[in-house]
Amino acid sequence: MTDDKDVLRDVWFGRIPTCFTLYQDEITEREAEPYYLLLPRISYLTLVTDKVKKHFQKVMRQEEVNEIWFEYEGTPLKWHYPIGLLFDLHASNTALPWSITVHFKNFPEKDLLHCHSKDVIEAHFMACIKEADALKHKSQVINEMQKKDHKQLWMGLQNDKFEQFWAINRKLMEYPPEDSGFRYIPFRIYQATTERPFIQKLFRPIASGGQLHTLGDLLKDVCPSAITPEEEISSWLWSFCMEVLRKQQKLL
Amino acid sequence: MAEAEEQAPVSPQSEGRSGAGEEAPERTPESGASLGVGEPATSPAGSPGTEDPAGDAKKKIDVLLKAVGDTPIMKTKKWAVERTRTIQGLCDFIKKFLKLMASEQLFIYVNQSFAPSPDQEVGTLYECFGSDGKLVLHYCKSQAWG
Repeated sequence: MTDDKDVLRDVWFGRIPTCFTLYQDEITEREAEPYYLLLPRISYLTLVTDKVKKHFQKVMRQEEVNEIWFEYEGTPLKWHYPIGLLFDLHASNTALPWSITVHFKNFPEKDLLHCHSKDVIEAHFMACIKEADALKHKSQVINEMQKKDHKQLWMGLQNDKFEQFWAINRKLMEYPPEDSGFRYIPFRIYQATTERPFIQKLFRPIASGGQLHTLGDLLKDVCPSAITPEEEISSWLWSFCMEVLRKQQKLL
Repeated sequence: MAEAEEQAPVSPQSEGRSGAGEEAPERTPESGASLGVGEPATSPAGSPGTEDPAGDAKKKIDVLLKAVGDTPIMKTKKWAVERTRTIQGLCDFIKKFLKLMASEQLFIYVNQSFAPSPDQEVGTLYECFGSDGKLVLHYCKSQAWG
């Protein structure tokens, strides 16, 4: 685990330069300047955009302001997906900064979950951690933790505190030495090419013959269509690798 | 918080579809639902997917719905549900079935431990957390497992 620390840090501190612009049809009292922000890849849009919200609300009348939501080139952005995933999924070919449109009206009920408070994000985040641990350790590790440990995971994410988060998450990433791996590896495969939701299946870290499974084995098993056209593999694998790294920290 | 809601008596046979509408999941053929807990996982003969050789491709899965706390139980517990149905879809169905108001909250849990997000599909949850040929889900009107 310790030798991975540099990688963990790089993943944790991954940022996407982003430009937020108010949707043209929103009614303002004066012109709304765009707002720039470095978004942490592993966090959630609604968790890190308080400043964006305040910035645009300043030029709007109170009664014009409803629940905030974000859109990129016509696609509403799901706040419950990690930011890095949203970028890779919808905008990986875009020039930076990533240009996100901000809305305060016409909430797309069909596409997005509501997010009225930070508690909703916390509940979603913890549910993901728990689901991952159900796969990794039959929930034993997460269940043995105390409420304050759960809180520390969340606060670590919320306040962007790497050490605080990993002091607890370390335990969730351990396994008994005799097992040489988790029970199942928590993963989700999101495909930009399809509207279908993610692929998630049971996958053991070790093959029946005893050898360690590779990423290629996983893809062959759960997503064979992704490894046929040869040229596309490298770029596709790259974004997939990033996704796996992110999932090592939390299942999302 | 004990509402006037009464717990319906457990009965093996239920009376009718109770306003669930045509979108309702199908009752599984052995509708002695509350008796069905320990049944073998073999796919029931009457199910629509008779042509499927690999059980994996079966279009519907068996879902067992269990109430938690003072949340009303459902007389029929075992349902055949489309794999692509989302947790939100299932949640809406349970609310209709129990005649809860749309505004009332309903939480759904897997493994009595985590609440899958509303856009998750039951088919995926079944793949990862199903056992004995069915997916057991607990539902509750208040948050049961943090």
